[in-house]
Amino acid sequence: MGLTLESTGRGARGEALHIERPRPGDKIIALAGNPNVGKSTIFNNLTGMKQHTGNWPGKTVSNARGYCRSEKRGYVLVDVPGAYSLTAASPEEELARDFICYGGADAVLLVCDGGCLERNMKLLLQVMETGKPVLLCVNLLDEAESRGIHIDLKALEGQLGVPVIGTVGRDKGSRGWLLAALDALFDRLAEQKPYAVEYPAPVEEAVAALALLISKGEGLARRFTALRLLEGEQSMEERAGPALLAAARQQRQKLEEQGLDEERLHDILAAALVGAGEHICARAVENAGSGYGSRDRRIDGIVTSRRWGYPLMVALLALIFFLTISGANVPSQWLSKGLFWVEDALAALLLKLGMPAWLRGLLVDGAFRTLAWVTSVMLPPMAIFFPLFTLMEDSGYLPRIAYNLDRPFCRCGSCGRQALTMAMGFGCNAAGVVGCRIIHSPRERLLAILTNSMVPCNGRFPTLIALITMFFMAGSSALGAALGLTGLILLAVGLTLLTTKLLSVTLLKGEVSAFVLELPPYRRPELGKVIVRSILDRTLFVLGRAAAVAAPAGALLWLLANVKVGGAPLLMALAGALDPLGRLLGMDGVILLAFLLGFPANEIVLPIAVMIYSMGGSLTELGELSALRPLLAENGWTAVTALCVMLFSLCHWPCSTTLLTIKKETGSAKWTALSALLPTALGALLCMAVNGLARLLV
Amino acid sequence: MEKGTGLNTLCPGEIAVVKSLNSSGALRRRLLDMGIVEGTRVECLGMSPGGDPKAFLVRGAVLAIRGQDCRDIMIYP
Repeated sequence: MGLTLESTGRGARGEALHIERPRPGDKIIALAGNPNVGKSTIFNNLTGMKQHTGNWPGKTVSNARGYCRSEKRGYVLVDVPGAYSLTAASPEEELARDFICYGGADAVLLVCDGGCLERNMKLLLQVMETGKPVLLCVNLLDEAESRGIHIDLKALEGQLGVPVIGTVGRDKGSRGWLLAALDALFDRLAEQKPYAVEYPAPVEEAVAALALLISKGEGLARRFTALRLLEGEQSMEERAGPALLAAARQQRQKLEEQGLDEERLHDILAAALVGAGEHICARAVENAGSGYGSRDRRIDGIVTSRRWGYPLMVALLALIFFLTISGANVPSQWLSKGLFWVEDALAALLLKLGMPAWLRGLLVDGAFRTLAWVTSVMLPPMAIFFPLFTLMEDSGYLPRIAYNLDRPFCRCGSCGRQALTMAMGFGCNAAGVVGCRIIHSPRERLLAILTNSMVPCNGRFPTLIALITMFFMAGSSALGAALGLTGLILLAVGLTLLTTKLLSVTLLKGEVSAFVLELPPYRRPELGKVIVRSILDRTLFVLGRAAAVAAPAGALLWLLANVKVGGAPLLMALAGALDPLGRLLGMDGVILLAFLLGFPANEIVLPIAVMIYSMGGSLTELGELSALRPLLAENGWTAVTALCVMLFSLCHWPCSTTLLTIKKETGSAKWTALSALLPTALGALLCMAVNGLARLLV
Repeated sequence: MEKGTGLNTLCPGEIAVVKSLNSSGALRRRLLDMGIVEGTRVECLGMSPGGDPKAFLVRGAVLAIRGQDCRDIMIYP
């Protein structure tokens, strides 16, 4: 759930590869490595930035950059997405390869997981082949040690011929010696004698023949360029001249004559790299096989078991909701009391200052009141929900959800990774849509993008919680509300599966692609850091966005309520016009208008409806939920209305931010329109069905 | 296609050695990247609640692979 400005805004794909150097002597460092080895943590340590981290592969889907300085020089650090090799198999890997090979990096800081060093070797050896200076950072050494894996860093350095340092990832103290190691790397460039993988003789001959024709322009080693050309790598072919291409074709033909067609060639190159990795690790790593500890074995034996796998997921969801709802209740009331006290004080102050009544109304009754509503309803649940979610994310449980849910998603024509993007959607659908980049098949990625808004984001949770508490849990017990919400979420997941299935047999037909997912070891999350980070980075970010939308929306609302057309306020005229449609859907015109006005942010839908009702009615001040129920009832709300509002909240058009993100990610107006139409149609159908059924029964 | 035993037949708790890779395209690259080549030792750790995919221990990392994709990873019986 990379819910930061970087992931929803600037850090989009297709960004120019060129990186500026703030000062002439600065060096550009590519921070590369396999997925989920702690690159982002090291990036944050070095740059002091707050790039989002989490214990699951594929979390970083775009390049992030930061700057740090040692005493000697400045470094521009570029955190590239995780890759298993430079022969890219996925869009993120392409992004990583393009930056490492063609992005003008002066050196590569390669981060490896000490727990499975051997698997990390392929990328390392390939990066060393590019001829770029490499600093190897063996991360998560503590975790490896605790599993009985001993790594002899000196021996590793001797084998590899590049400098090696060890870190424990989370240790802030490592910043100093990481910088020192970078300095040393550039001071002693001449001393690098990187290990070169030896390929079978026919390949070596072809490489030698090709290398003669290559000029050392791009900063890539001739050997590397020759190897990639032999493999027919597209990105390399695009950069090669016609003479070189012809020579490469000739060499390939020669290899084919010796029985090495494209596939065989790729195989023996891979086998040589893997073999070299094995050879090196055998001399530097003790006990390499124990990557999967007995503790993880026990945990996985339960959380992915046939009997407990699914019930545990549901129970965990319910527990998170229970903690959120029960914990948020009281602070919500305090906040609301406090903010409405401020509202009174503000109104009095502005009156004293002699501000005209219309401006006072616009600012206080419009902008401020809506803002206060959004803050008091949203802030407490978010401040609890986000840290809980982050805990789960850091622990390594999220990939297990994808693992558990792969089967149902596969049946519906998609894959378990969609479950991950769905989980991200709980935080923010826009972030979830960006996260769909972890799905490699274009078809399955579109499926995930189109259905992402069907799981409620954090902006919709407060509305759902409020309605459940008011209309279905008379005793307002938090447990009941949590269970109700869990039921609703299960419904949302069911609808997601249904829509995915529908799409995959109609518009998005196709074969289910292969699925290989890495399940990382469980890690104990750092409680303090999780809380600080999720509150500062996520909660305030989402709240800020909501507030930025809520205040102007509140002002607009006030204007609509006070500009009169033909004797009646414009707002009422609009609501009146929408009323027949609203009634058909089991709601009313006001609610539908609130959904429309809530387009910029779902958070403000219920507050807007309440505002409109209270403008027409007698209530002027709304303190807490208990005061809300009579107001809604007065305006004709029944349990059926509440149910329809909840269903429509689950299934309607995504908010403007999400739609913009979908447009950016799919690059197609058609799919963007469908992503709005599809849930809306489904929501309308559901509401009509519920409403019709209720009328028949009552 | 080579005939023989696929990795999909490996049950939780069993260990096997990879004989050859018959997969193609992106999956083949992915598997090679994960270090699954001839002679690689693979242990089946368990299966997901739906019975598929299964989890395998390969070179110290845990990978979830579906049965249909395992079929083309040949193992020594």
